[in-house]
Order: sequence, then C-alpha cells, then structure tokens
Amino acid sequence: MAERETKPDPKGKSLPASDDGPGAAGWIAKSDFQSFLDRLVALGYRTIGPTLIQGAIGYDEIRQVDDLPKGWTEHQSAGSYRLVRRDDDAWFGFNLGPHSWKRYLFPPQQTVAKAIKRDDGWQLDDVEDAEPPFAFLGVRACELAAILVQDRVFLNEHHSDPIYRRRRENALLIAVNCTQAAETCFCTSMGTGPRCVVAFDLALTETELGFTVEIGSPRGASVLAGLPIREAAPAECAEAASARQQAEDQISKRLDTTDIRELLLGNLDHPQWDDVAERCLSCTNCTMVCPTCFCHSVEEVSDLDGGQVDRVRQWDSCFNARFSYMNGGLVRGDVRSRYRQWLTHKLAGWIDQFDTSGCVGCGRCITWCPVGIDLTAEVAAIREVPK
Amino acid sequence: MPAKPRLAVVKFASCDGCQLSLLSLEDELLRLAGKIEVAYFLEATSRIEPGPYDVVLVEGSITTADDATRIQQLRRAAKYLITIGACATAGGIQALKNWADSEEYLRAVYARPDYIRTLATSTAIADHVAVDFELRGCPINKHQLLEVLRSLLAGCQPRTPTYSVCVECKRRGSVCVMVAHGTPCLGPVTQAGCGAICPAYDRGCYGCFGPSDQPNLVPLTDHLRSIGMTPEQVVNSLRGFSGYAGEFRRESERLVESIGTIATGVGAAAVEPDVADSSGEWGDGQPGGDPK
Repeated sequence: MAERETKPDPKGKSLPASDDGPGAAGWIAKSDFQSFLDRLVALGYRTIGPTLIQGAIGYDEIRQVDDLPKGWTEHQSAGSYRLVRRDDDAWFGFNLGPHSWKRYLFPPQQTVAKAIKRDDGWQLDDVEDAEPPFAFLGVRACELAAILVQDRVFLNEHHSDPIYRRRRENALLIAVNCTQAAETCFCTSMGTGPRCVVAFDLALTETELGFTVEIGSPRGASVLAGLPIREAAPAECAEAASARQQAEDQISKRLDTTDIRELLLGNLDHPQWDDVAERCLSCTNCTMVCPTCFCHSVEEVSDLDGGQVDRVRQWDSCFNARFSYMNGGLVRGDVRSRYRQWLTHKLAGWIDQFDTSGCVGCGRCITWCPVGIDLTAEVAAIREVPK
Repeated sequence: MPAKPRLAVVKFASCDGCQLSLLSLEDELLRLAGKIEVAYFLEATSRIEPGPYDVVLVEGSITTADDATRIQQLRRAAKYLITIGACATAGGIQALKNWADSEEYLRAVYARPDYIRTLATSTAIADHVAVDFELRGCPINKHQLLEVLRSLLAGCQPRTPTYSVCVECKRRGSVCVMVAHGTPCLGPVTQAGCGAICPAYDRGCYGCFGPSDQPNLVPLTDHLRSIGMTPEQVVNSLRGFSGYAGEFRRESERLVESIGTIATGVGAAAVEPDVADSSGEWGDGQPGGDPK
C-alpha cells in the first residue's frame, strides 16, 4: 500500500502528518480529557470509542472518560481473545477488539430505499440517514488504512454510496497510536502502521499523565480551540516516542507480500486450498470482523398489504454458499472455493480492482476465527511449496 | 392464492410453542386476520372448518401410527404444507429416542406403560409427506413466520437465510463467546434465523435452528474437544432440539462410532454447553483464565 499516501484522499482533507517531535505537538492532561469529550458533544458529535462489551473491548458510545477501558488489555492469538487486567491504568493500553469502524460507516443493516404504491404506480424514495456526525475516538493506524481502503470501494469515481459518503465526510477521526502490539498484529508487513501518519483529524499518543496531540486537518485544529492544551514538553514527546517504538518492537507476525498477487493467482490449484478447506467452518467470522470486507446483499421486504416495499442492505459474506448463487446454481459450491475466493480477492484481486491490498494487517480475522485459521500461515504454506 | 386464503394450524408431537408464535405477532395479528381465513387453529379458536386448506402450518413430529396416517390425510387437504419448528422439521428433542430403546423410556417415564401406544422413532414431517417449505427453530422466529405468510400472500419466495448464526451475531455486534470466553458454541454450523439470541447473553448457540447450508462439522467438533469438552459432551450438545437433522445427526453418529459406546439413553446427563469457562465472569481479572 506504499502508493496510498500519494493518492488524493476522496475527501481532499488529508494533510501531511505533523510530527510530535519537540515543539510540534500539543499536550492534554488526562485530568482535562473530559473537557475534550464534552467539547465533542457540544459540537454535535456522537462519540464512539473503545469500551468494555461482553468481556472484550469493543466500540460503543463514549460520554465519560470512565467509559474507556482504563486498566484493561487483551491477549490475542489465533482463535483466542482474553480480556486481561493491566498492571497500570492506561486508557488505550490494548490493540483491537472484534468491532471496527466499518459498522458505523457501513452499517450491518440499513434500509436504503422505500417504494410506496400509489394510484399512478410505484414511487421509489431514498431513505434519509438521520445519524448525527460521528467522532471516532481511538482509531488505530491500521484502521485509518482500512477506512481509506473502504473509501476506494464506496467513494470511487464510478460509484458513490450516499450513506457511506455522508457518514464518512461528517466523521471526525481521532486516532490513537498503538503503544503495544498483539501477537496477531502485522501492520508493518502491510505498510499501514503502527504509527498514524495519514487520514486523521487528530492523533493522540498516550503517556502516563496525558496525551501528545498531533493535528492532521483544519477540522482537527478547530475542535481543539479553547481546550486546555499546551505545547508538549520535550520529556513528554520523548515518552510518547518511546511508547510508539514499543509497539513497533513488539510486532512479531509477518506476511511476506513479495509478488503476492502473482503467487496467489498462480497457485489456484495448490493443495493448501484443500488443506484449509478441511479446517475452515465457512462461518463468515473473518469477513464480518474484517475492517475492509464490504460484501452485502440487498433484499426487498414488503409489508403485509403489499403497499410498501423496503430495500434493505445487510452485511453478507463470500463464505455464504448462497452468496454465489447465480442463474440456477452456486458458483462457489464448496468451502475450498470460498476460502480461496476470499484470500485471493483480499490479497490479490483487490490490487487489480482497487489498486491496493484489501488487507491492512489488523489480525482480526486471525483472532476471531473460531478455529484459529491464520491467513499469514496459509500464504506462507503456499509460498513455501509453490506449484 | 385466493383473495382470502384458508389457513389451518395443526399439531403433532410438540409443545405448542411454535403455534404460539403466530399469536405472538401482536402488531401484525389483526391485519393478518384480515388477509387470511383461520379455518382450523385450536390454539386460537374452537371453531373448526373442514378442509381443504390453502395453507397448512404443521407443528410437531410423527411419533404414533395414528399421526403417521393423519399427516397423509392432511397433505391431501393442503395446497401448501409448511412445517414450523424443530419437531416438524427434524423430529425435535423427542428424536433422542431414535438413538435409544423406546421401551426403556416408556418403563422409566410412565406408571402404566401399557397405556401408551407409540412408534419407536420421532421423525420429521418430510420423512412422511412432501413439504413445501420448512421453517426451522425451537421455537420458530415469529418474524420468519410472518415473512413466510407475507410471501405466500404476495406469491413470492420467502427470504429465510441459510447461513450461519455467526452472521447474525456479528451484525448484532455481539462478542464471540467461543473466542472471547472459551464458551462452546454451535453457531458456526447452525442456521441463522433466531437473531443470535444466546450469544448476546453470553451463552453458546444450542443449535436450535439445525445445520446451516454446507456446514463443516468436523473441525468444529475437533475444536470443541480441544477447548475442554469430552466426546460425550460434544455428542450430547449436537443432539439437542435439532439433533436428528442431517449433518448434526451424521456428525454425532460419527463421533459415537469413533469413541465406541456412549451413554445417550435414559439418565444420560444433559450438557450445559459452557463447560470450559464455568466462571463466566470478567469483573475482576482474567475471564476464562490465562489464554496460554
């Protein structure tokens, strides 16, 4: 995804990232952070951020600093996630949970149009999306990259999704740099992290007593106006830089992307596809947690009287057999063909289609696969003995 | 379909819960009553109109010789015959007797087993007559039932998903109980339709809706064993409300064969699916213990 930074952001609002080297960053104390959250409310934003949900750190509405998962972290490995107490009170001392920002920009289920029967025929109307602007608090570098990937899907020059566009243009992205890495993280392999460098309005790095603040857009700067923010001291910048370095140092997982498109498309009959088909549940979890997967189905739902039909869009998945139903048959009628479709599209076909990999290295598909299938291991197995 | 189709709701071996889903359609019930003529529905009215019927909703499984005859008569009186629920569609929980000694059950349950006349098996309606549409679940989902009736009235195919519960679970935003808590869950191989209720309340899926489209059972049961279930517990969890349905039945029978004799008859312990993480709490430490 190296070319990503040179492409114009569809919103035209990506500015060169500032640096929080000495003198270049602001600093806000944790004791003042509530005033920042209050400011977001006053500006009309609905703030979504990390919070404890069902024994994991997910994304939901944040009103108070105490809604944040202070003092919690997680242990992630293939097929396993465990919420764990930290030995400090860090507010963002974790990486990623099962949710992604996709569920707010591209909702899991949405009525996109309505048809109403009138005397002179059917009238089709768009459905107004009434969602207030979102402020996303705690967007990680790989997630910024994922949003840029979905921009290419939903905001490209040929098709623009009005619901996605409205939500995306209104959203305030408050990034938080990772200060640690999970076993499943491989953003460094995909060139997406761990440092937040593009596409954010504000980027925070947590230190013991506060956050360094980098400004990424005029909108980000305007949000800060009047808040108790001062210039970061050299020691605070150094502490932030050291914390970010720790994240980078902890990343151990790798995906070798050398000629990956040719590798995968040149090995469509590799025995590894049979091997993974023996293990894959075809349950869709990898695609549902993936921050870039965008497959959906559209259904017409009529009321009992047949006088109104709602057009409903729902997340769907290439792992569902019926998703490939065409003209009387299933195009991908077994698990082997469906897993192969997902992986080759994600890592190869996406390059042809969207000029970027579909993978940002967040590792969610590895953690949230119930049986722990690791795409990096599948690619490595194909690379080890290519046909 | 005529302007006002005639509806019959009939029951075989079942608990009546699925029929009640029809009466639970509170918001739509009156409008529905204006669209269809309820000709036979003992749960709702004692007025009985003779057949034929345009639509017959069938609840329950076939467990007696009389019922095996009655379903044939009913089929002849029905334009569309639709099964509702796990009993009618897969034999229900009472299909456990299919793997056991029915006579032994009778002696264990009834003071006077000689009063009881029953078949040795509990079987799905489709094992006896042609079925036009099957609605899964224990109980069925009332929204799915409404979708079926609405589709019949509109003359189109009902939209009921065949994919896994995981799809509904993730759309809902629930956290995966198997990955995050170590709780055994049949969601990845079970057909959606319930709205993924159980995982939203930190319980594993019990498989009420039966197998999803092309489920891959073996890697899931391997995984359930790897997180602490005994083979017997895996078999018993598959043999729930839809245990006699296709892939669930074949996998539990494969497991039984692979592990030899297994206690599934009278007195076999019912298995709560959350055996690996009995604490079920994460308030003050590590839920499910150390992940390593």
